[in-house]
Amino acid sequence: MSLRPHTSSDAYSFEIEDEQLIVRAFGRWDLHTVKEIDVALKADLEALGYGYADVDMAETGYIQIIFDFADLTRMDTAGAFILTRTIGCHDGFCRRWCVRNATDGQKGLVYAAAEAAEGMAPLKPRPWYSPLETLGKASVRALSETYDTIAFLGQFMMVMAKVILNPRRVRWKSVTSLIETVGLDAVPIVMTLSFFIGAVIAFMGSDLLQSFGAKIFMVDLVGIAVLREFAVLITAILLAGRSNSAFTAQIGSMKMRQEIDAMVVIGMSKEEVLVAPRAIACLVAMPILTFAAMIAGLGGGLLVAWSQDISPVLFLARLKEVVPLNHFWVGMIKAPVFALVIAVIGCRQGFAVGGSVESLGARTTTSVVQAIFTVIVLDAMFAMLFLRLGM
Amino acid sequence: MRVFEKLKLDWDVPIEVRGLRTQFGTNVIHENLDLRLNAGEILGVVGGSGSGKSVLLNTLLDLKKPDAGKILVFGRERSSLSVQDRRLIDNRTGVLFQGGALFSSLTVQENIMVPMRQHTDLPVALMRELADMKINMVGLPRHAATLSPSDLSGGMRKRAGLARALALDPQMLFLDEPTAGLDPIGANAFDELILQLRDALGLTVFMVTHDLDSLFAICDRVAVLVDKHIPIADTLDNVIKYDHPWVREYFGGPRSRAASLGKAI
Repeated sequence: MSLRPHTSSDAYSFEIEDEQLIVRAFGRWDLHTVKEIDVALKADLEALGYGYADVDMAETGYIQIIFDFADLTRMDTAGAFILTRTIGCHDGFCRRWCVRNATDGQKGLVYAAAEAAEGMAPLKPRPWYSPLETLGKASVRALSETYDTIAFLGQFMMVMAKVILNPRRVRWKSVTSLIETVGLDAVPIVMTLSFFIGAVIAFMGSDLLQSFGAKIFMVDLVGIAVLREFAVLITAILLAGRSNSAFTAQIGSMKMRQEIDAMVVIGMSKEEVLVAPRAIACLVAMPILTFAAMIAGLGGGLLVAWSQDISPVLFLARLKEVVPLNHFWVGMIKAPVFALVIAVIGCRQGFAVGGSVESLGARTTTSVVQAIFTVIVLDAMFAMLFLRLGM
Repeated sequence: MRVFEKLKLDWDVPIEVRGLRTQFGTNVIHENLDLRLNAGEILGVVGGSGSGKSVLLNTLLDLKKPDAGKILVFGRERSSLSVQDRRLIDNRTGVLFQGGALFSSLTVQENIMVPMRQHTDLPVALMRELADMKINMVGLPRHAATLSPSDLSGGMRKRAGLARALALDPQMLFLDEPTAGLDPIGANAFDELILQLRDALGLTVFMVTHDLDSLFAICDRVAVLVDKHIPIADTLDNVIKYDHPWVREYFGGPRSRAASLGKAI
């Protein structure tokens, strides 16, 4: 008895002969055709009462199924999988089936696919509380992140104390090369940026103050803003983007290649070898860069002032008169603090890199974000502190 | 398959290399290298460290351009094929790189789905099922599907890489030191697996290896890469008899004797 498939698929046909379901497969059963075959086959089997979804042995009984491959031109694992999983197996229950008119290769393929399909249990769906789980995990992660950073800070202090007490332990060679990359190489970009910031402040100031007829006060504005805040902040943010990310990436990739493990095994202290030189380099470079930024910022202001009919001589005289030196020191004193923030966060995130490339990227991002965040928060705290101190 | 008939592809010779020369700058790696791979066989390629085995593999995969000579893939030169035809051929080759080369941002299952997404329009649910089947086929546990590559051991990573190489049911499989870094039990199981897959799927396997056990256990033919070319590619018995100092040393050493003993038992 021949059964007509409901769908018009020409990839197979059904026939029932002596209580046996014969499935004839035609043409290509491979990755490029299984999409249509899968849909059609499921629908047809449902209609026949051999549903993929309701394999009930008691009801359908053990009807033998024969796969006939006489007219098959090509079959790959995908095709074999579709055939055996849809007709033969489901949820660990298997109907009895066999293959006829098949080449040895096809037989091997079908049995291999059936075997692989058999062990497959459906994945459990995500439980309803999985968003809560994500939230909880994120909170715990944030807490442990803070804890780890503080712990690292403590470790770092210890190492720095040791290094300061015994300066010969410092690797001066790497310190000098780091000062070059962290400090010297950053001078042009830091000065350029600071120059523009100074110029912009001067422009805004002169525009606003002119309406009060107090254009000369722009000198005070530029002087105080650049010396107190902008020079050091621009430098710190630039260093956070430039050097802090480099620290994380360097240490992180060393961690990924087990170089840090090798160091520990050899008996070197990873903090002493990797962290201390970076911290010292930052401590040296940051004040110098800040100073350069101050000069460039004032230069930008001076140039704009000149274009507004305030001569450089007048600008400098006024600057000396109205901007006391303590503004300069307020700016400079923040530089080493920011330098340490950048070095510590960069190194700590580098050590936290795991085994995957993805975690390297994630840690580098975290490192820059944390460093800039901390720098700005600390700057605000400094502002309040100096206000109270009356500086 | 009509498309393939139209391309006049020669199914019996998946790879044929004629007079290949590759070089980096003035450093010649291969000179006048000939090699022929027959359909359905497992060919092992041996050679000393730095003899250019991996370069040969990369050249066959078109990752490095040959400086002279011809590489015929299924009887056609790659450069003579259109982009689409070349893709048809690329679909027929799977590669297992030395470290697995799994995409670290994706889970194992997603890794296996990458070639399917690229070259087929299957629904995602079906791709998942097929990926899970491949995972099962290469002998990884079910839960490995959701793990990311960094959570896997070296052996599991190789199996996952193999599953990805098999994602599109290739005819040709390139393996770069598949058993390096595996323990003997894992290496044996891997050899077994490759043999099994070859028999079930009719694969042709090109295997760069240092593992003498693999050579004795599963390779139909062995090609020796020495002095910048392949002087002999034959059954292992014939290769061992070949008169060349490097070959004698390679197969005459204590490790080789132990491996051949293992085979005899």
